[in-house]
Amino acid sequence: MSYIAILLTFIFINNFILVQFLGLCPFIGVSKNSENAIGMGASVTFVTTVASVVTWAIYYFLLVPFNLQYLQTLTFILVIASLVQLLEMVIQKISPALYKALGIYLPLITTNCAVLGIAIINISSSYNVMEAFVAGLAVGLGFTLAMILMSNIRERLDLQPVRGSFRGMPIAFISAGLMALAFMAFDKSLITNLHLV
Amino acid sequence: MFVLVLGLCPVLGVSTQVSNAIGMSAGVLFVLLFSNIIISALRKVIPASIHIPAYIVVIASLVTITEMVMHAFVPSVYSALGVYLPLIVVNCIILGRAEAFASKNSVFDSILDAIGMSVGFALGLTLIALIRELFGSGTITLFPMGNFGGVINIPWFYDNPIRVMALAPGALLIMGYLKAFFDWNTSRKKDK
Repeated sequence: MSYIAILLTFIFINNFILVQFLGLCPFIGVSKNSENAIGMGASVTFVTTVASVVTWAIYYFLLVPFNLQYLQTLTFILVIASLVQLLEMVIQKISPALYKALGIYLPLITTNCAVLGIAIINISSSYNVMEAFVAGLAVGLGFTLAMILMSNIRERLDLQPVRGSFRGMPIAFISAGLMALAFMAFDKSLITNLHLV
Repeated sequence: MFVLVLGLCPVLGVSTQVSNAIGMSAGVLFVLLFSNIIISALRKVIPASIHIPAYIVVIASLVTITEMVMHAFVPSVYSALGVYLPLIVVNCIILGRAEAFASKNSVFDSILDAIGMSVGFALGLTLIALIRELFGSGTITLFPMGNFGGVINIPWFYDNPIRVMALAPGALLIMGYLKAFFDWNTSRKKDK
């Protein structure tokens, strides 16, 4: 698959949040205002990109030579957890300003299914290292896109008269459902029509 | 589950068929039960400073066991659950119960807690799957046993499927309406 096809697939066609439901917890939890949404999106993009490459390298250079593929889940979650911790420390040292902006979101990312999800999907679709890198980046961008859209909708919903029990979470789910309906317009024929395969 | 809105990713992802929902619930029950037992048994041994990584290792090993067992005995469910099965590791319910309950209570109490939580999870998940499959394709898929093929067709719904319910948007819409219903139910009880 070409890199552009992978980008389109994970940003639009298989958007992690709206189509695959990976990373829903922060999607509903942090999307209350657009500033936080962008911060969370940027941190997730950063982590998915780095984690894709690192878990890919670990799988092919460490697990495969020793026939330990069944340890995939266990290794990946530990690698991601330590990676997030490491990134937190590195960012804090190198750029305190960036740390201030992203710092509070970083610990939350360890338990974000999107990160572990893309690491596993990279392996199961047998991507090479460059494709894994692009896929990681695309997943992050798709996540950010959905977060920004959602936070803008929710900022407006706050001002609308929503009836009783639908206030808050339920109406957020229903708006997300309608957004997912719109995202259904993107499907695999997009890639074939653009002659990207 | 509807009250806490925890562990959502698998709920919406695997709820397209009742059989997948049951398989997923079984996986969660197994992992939650044993992680609660192990963590509450080790709660005095694990140092407080590294408790989260220790819990994650325990949970990840149990998930790996579940994956291998499912792959061996119910390969159809295994392939249907796909990426959502390893993702039980990052399911907030399991780590949440380990942190909030098992690390403070005795082994026996933790077993009861795990059973209670996973039964609640299973009921919620199966409910969503039932609604989605009924409206989306008019069938209810269980496991094939003997001369029973495993798929029940519901007459009227089978001829008039609302396909969108079986696809991604349906899951989010149903989740929204169910959440509103349960919120309404709770507030109604409070008013009495």
